[in-house]
Amino acid sequence: MTYQLETAQHPETLRRVAIDPVSRVEGHGKVTILLDDQNKVHQVRLHIVEFRGFEKFIQGRPYWEVPVMVQRLCGICPVSHHLAASKALDVIVGAKKLTATAEKMRRLMHYGQMLQSHALHFFHLCSPDLLFGFDSDVTQRNIVGVAAAHPETAKRGVLLRKFGQEVIRVTAGKRVHGTGSVPGGVNKALTVAERDALLKDVYHIVQWSRDAVHLIQKVHTQDPGLYNSFGIFRSNFMSLVGHNGDLDFYHGTLRARDDNGKILFDGVDYQQYDKYIEEEVRPWSYMKFPFFKSIGKEHGWYKVGPLARVQNCNQISTPFAEHERKEFVDYAGGSPLHAPLAYHWTRMIEMLHAAEVIKELLHDDDLLGGELMVEGERQMDGVGVIEAPRGTLFHHYRVDENDLITMANLIVSTTNNNQAMNEAIRHVARRYLHGREVTEGLLNHIEVAIRAFDPCLSCATHALGKMPLEVELVDPEGQVVHALSRS
Amino acid sequence: MSQTFTLDGKTIPFADGQTIIQAAADAGVFIPHLCYHPEFKPHGSCKLCTVKVNGRHTASCTMRAAAGMVVESDTEEINAERRALTQMLFVEGNHFCPSCEKSGNCQLQATAYHLGMMSPHYDHFFPNRAVDASHPEVLLDFNRCILCSLCVRASRDVDGKNVFALSGRGIQTHLIVNAKSGQLGDTDFTLADKAAHVCPVGVILKKRQGFAVPIGERKYDQAPISETVGEGQ
Repeated sequence: MTYQLETAQHPETLRRVAIDPVSRVEGHGKVTILLDDQNKVHQVRLHIVEFRGFEKFIQGRPYWEVPVMVQRLCGICPVSHHLAASKALDVIVGAKKLTATAEKMRRLMHYGQMLQSHALHFFHLCSPDLLFGFDSDVTQRNIVGVAAAHPETAKRGVLLRKFGQEVIRVTAGKRVHGTGSVPGGVNKALTVAERDALLKDVYHIVQWSRDAVHLIQKVHTQDPGLYNSFGIFRSNFMSLVGHNGDLDFYHGTLRARDDNGKILFDGVDYQQYDKYIEEEVRPWSYMKFPFFKSIGKEHGWYKVGPLARVQNCNQISTPFAEHERKEFVDYAGGSPLHAPLAYHWTRMIEMLHAAEVIKELLHDDDLLGGELMVEGERQMDGVGVIEAPRGTLFHHYRVDENDLITMANLIVSTTNNNQAMNEAIRHVARRYLHGREVTEGLLNHIEVAIRAFDPCLSCATHALGKMPLEVELVDPEGQVVHALSRS
Repeated sequence: MSQTFTLDGKTIPFADGQTIIQAAADAGVFIPHLCYHPEFKPHGSCKLCTVKVNGRHTASCTMRAAAGMVVESDTEEINAERRALTQMLFVEGNHFCPSCEKSGNCQLQATAYHLGMMSPHYDHFFPNRAVDASHPEVLLDFNRCILCSLCVRASRDVDGKNVFALSGRGIQTHLIVNAKSGQLGDTDFTLADKAAHVCPVGVILKKRQGFAVPIGERKYDQAPISETVGEGQ
């Protein structure tokens, strides 16, 4: 199968521009662009170049070690892997229903994770682009620039993230890479002191999250020409949905829609995910390309994450976020909005929902004690699925009779969005790079499109404007004819 | 106990037959150690408890105390040597603390913290070692073995079973299980054995326990190893 701009017919005649690396977290990303003599774009590809090997090296390890080990896949959203693995291993240990304390502790941990990750992505990574412009002065286009020009916004971003990290600390034991969730339950409840410390801050966290939704809503709606069309492509989309079709990040069944919003499948038990989803390997990328089996490779790919989730659910259970969801749906005009930059708007709606859920949970005494663990009839095979900040995350394990892992299959959010991110950067390349000299500002347009999906590939502003970006123009003989470097 | 020696300038009383480390422990003074355990005969192999007696290096777990000895232990020079030994232990095995369930309860890790070890320093060996999950109650992860022989001594001297032994020589030395198959599941080892509870690192583990103890409640979360003097591991 070939997609427009995926594979040039005669690459040997073209010049190659490489953005390498695009990021420094959770593996390096690379973008390659093939241009002809008139700088016309013939091929654009996003590659994830690093091989991690987790699926292989956890084979032969005891299953109870896995939730702590696999979370090292990521330093931004390790809780997602921690919990997805735990959910898969709940199945293995026969824990069909967790205790109330265990499920609520895990939910609190996960919603804290959503809050901190979304805050990090929006304020630290993306707000410089959104507030200053995609090709604005590069020395200002970072979180320090935001702090100087919009100090209150930057401060709230930092404190929102801090609050989310604190929620993780009291539930998992550490802010990053904790141990709170174990197969069959959790290893601790909340103390009254921990709860009260969070309760003290949660009300203004909810208010700041509301303000963040209004900020991005304003930015988006003030420039619909840009925000509704930048990097746009149409696709299917998928997420978990909870009871009654509620937005639910922790648990539910799989629902997918086509690009018009028509349901493709719904109520699917994720233990059966491999009957619905298949992964294609393409020779030019280490990252697989998942697609819906029922539709096939060519048209069966899809997107996941906030834009998919907010438009896939029937409603949101918390009042402020539900109000904002309705505003968004009204703006979309009755059909799904596919603009990548709308990810930011929906991401902030999700952050608000996470803040509201945390507030509700903190008033629930089940968190303060009770049974932490359950177990039942041992199984050999288990699947855990969770809505990670960036989208649907699958963990699938098989365990032998001696308790060792024999098979692991992980489909991470970024993989689910693989084709979608490639489509977005191809659209941007066609619109902004086609026939023009490559500049840093134009390259940032490519990165802006990637950032909308996955901050693990867009940590530019982590380095305070010193993203180690190198672009080289190489002639057919392999000689570098032009180079731009930002390091 | 009218006899005394000095340890880092402090007067330490001792009884006849006591080793330096035993007398120090009775006096509440911590000397880092890994293969020493107060309930077993000393092995003298890890060398972490090395001190200087009258200016000469010796293992404090095997050296009997004598009146008038001048012993140095908590000095910059000796701690640097202990740190180097600890680093070597880390690189000889596969000690991945971030995903090890013994983390927080591990004597090797706690000792490394105590000695201010900030990195392994030496090149990792990354040896190819097995996991033995054949026993229904106990997992053996040989990746973390530091050859302290405590399980060998416990199984032989307390349990009367001789389930474990050290085999090979020099750098090839390794822990083995006394069964034709070499598998723990083919021995009469049980979770009630003393040998199941003496491993200072994460080799002998109760199955399905994992990370049941939360961060903050693990042994060395409660107090640093220097304050657990006399407790064994």
